[in-house]
Amino acid sequence: MSETILKVKDLKINFKTYAGIVQAVRGVNFELNVGETLAIVGESGSGKSVTSNALMKLIPQPPGIYESGEIIFNGRDLIPLTDKEMTKIRGNDIAMIFQDPMTSLNPTMKVGRQITEVILKHKKVSRSDAKNRAIELLTQVGIPMPEKRYNQYPHEFSGGMRQRVVIAIALAADPKLLIADEPTTALDVTIQAQILELMKEIQKKSNTSIIFITHDLGVVANIADRVAVMYAGQIVEYGTVNEIFYNPKHPYTWGLLGSMPDLDNNSDELLRTIPGSPPDLIHPPKGDAFAARNEFAMAIDYEKEPPMFQVSETHFAKTWLLHPDAPEIPIPDAVARRIEGFLAKEDQVNG
Amino acid sequence: MAKKLVEIKNLKQYFGSPSNPIKAVDGISFDIYEGETLGLVGESGCGKSTTGRSIIRLYDITGGEVLFNGENVHDKKSGKDLKKFNREMQMIFQDPYASLNPRMTAGEIIAEGFVIHGLYKNKKERQEKITSLLEAVGLNKEHANRYAHEFSGGQRQRIGIARALSLDPSFIIADEPISALDVSIQAQVVNLLKQIQKDRGLTYLFIAHDLSMVKYISDRIAVMYSGKIVEVGPADDIYNSPVHPYTKSLLSAIPLPDPISETKRTRIPYTHEEQDETASFHSVNDKHFVYGKEKSFQKWMSNTSI
Repeated sequence: MSETILKVKDLKINFKTYAGIVQAVRGVNFELNVGETLAIVGESGSGKSVTSNALMKLIPQPPGIYESGEIIFNGRDLIPLTDKEMTKIRGNDIAMIFQDPMTSLNPTMKVGRQITEVILKHKKVSRSDAKNRAIELLTQVGIPMPEKRYNQYPHEFSGGMRQRVVIAIALAADPKLLIADEPTTALDVTIQAQILELMKEIQKKSNTSIIFITHDLGVVANIADRVAVMYAGQIVEYGTVNEIFYNPKHPYTWGLLGSMPDLDNNSDELLRTIPGSPPDLIHPPKGDAFAARNEFAMAIDYEKEPPMFQVSETHFAKTWLLHPDAPEIPIPDAVARRIEGFLAKEDQVNG
Repeated sequence: MAKKLVEIKNLKQYFGSPSNPIKAVDGISFDIYEGETLGLVGESGCGKSTTGRSIIRLYDITGGEVLFNGENVHDKKSGKDLKKFNREMQMIFQDPYASLNPRMTAGEIIAEGFVIHGLYKNKKERQEKITSLLEAVGLNKEHANRYAHEFSGGQRQRIGIARALSLDPSFIIADEPISALDVSIQAQVVNLLKQIQKDRGLTYLFIAHDLSMVKYISDRIAVMYSGKIVEVGPADDIYNSPVHPYTKSLLSAIPLPDPISETKRTRIPYTHEEQDETASFHSVNDKHFVYGKEKSFQKWMSNTSI
């Protein structure tokens, strides 16, 4: 059994606004092992970015409030730590890659200095050692001519190259945990594929744990070991990547899988959609937050919030459909057919 | 054979100084047939949005011509002719947050075209038309009095679509209409676009970088690379038997929601092969064309199994 590096227990985060208190994260639990990748998927406003920012204690207070919960990293709860103590962890033990490489780099500072800044802050090394390390990092993330690039400004880099620089900065202090918040959303597919390959390679080499936030299920299938599907501030389904993609249990996960066309899709049939839009988290609905958009909703969904039902040792889903008394609802045809298609293709390949 | 609705002939759009221009669109030619959806894909900066904007006369083109129903779009036109032309061709923009005027209600945005073209002068008639447009895109009458900020992203894009439909155009250019939206909302908007096309017999030019969505919505696909169209053909041909190495590379990079096949996927990197002036379109079959030098084309064909 591998070692757990991060344990999040009943994390709740609220934001105070003029309209009222927004309950952005409403009781999130998950664990992450060393060398593992957890993908958090969900729509905008589902609380996935707030969760990841909370892990770094980057939620501004006010208006943010850590309502309850624990974030246990390496055996230590991060929530009660002071800003000064957090500074030692940020960038050093936990590093973050942001979505937009255009805005997360400092345009007035040479790329090399942005990397050595992190190294000098967290490690006791000389300037020239820091420079050598920075050039080594640039090489590692696949930037050609690192010595020359070291002295250039961010505007001299393309989007994909900039994201590589951001990754180099994140890796500068050898973090144990890397949080990547939609790192490839702003990039083209070809560049996206390169960045994903790079992240997997880095993980293999240094056994880093990764939390990967995205709304692209294709990317999730590519990079994740485990998947958490978030909806309205809660994790509604949690399991290994194969469990989520080949045996999804939550109707929201069905909806997400169904709304993505695959390349074999018959273009005469309409895509499955999730009707409506996500709920207002100032007044979260009573019962199951997904009930209003769920075609399989039952009366109890509007009354009582479902607990996390266990499907297998590693697979959980928060829906009343898994209650022993609930009617048997099969996975919608379109989704089932696609999963069968994938598995059949697999059998063919394996002979 | 379906009728050609739009013909693009050697379209060129250069920016910057004439001595050292940036060739955003560098001599492309293609046709769009009536009632079809042509998908235009490529990476950012390849010129696909510029192509869309040049076709609809948002830019003064550098060279070539665009024929719509046999008429040159970029000819000097009288105000009256221009209006007539504008009614036929409309655009749906990428960012529903930036493309709607925040000071106007949804009803005013949709009715702006009526004011300009002097249509439905009777107030009641105009209200009815607005209501029917809102309903066509899945909104309702009450939404007409709300401002853009009161809508979600998906709803805003619906208003953008209603606005584009307001003058009953026959041709719509959709420039990345879904890339700013969430996955679950993307499917809603794509279904809506397909539905409207069926109901009104529209022709679409669908510009996007999300290849799986493009495959789903398009009848034919044109792949663009650095200002040139490198491959064009029926959607299935492009996906199942791509010939140009760039198309192959692009397709190999699409992540699929299938973890087992993802672990085995190998990306095919693309190295650009310089093409000279002898480069032209070679036909793979009667609908599938690839751009390149004769020699390159022979090589690509031998690397392709059809």
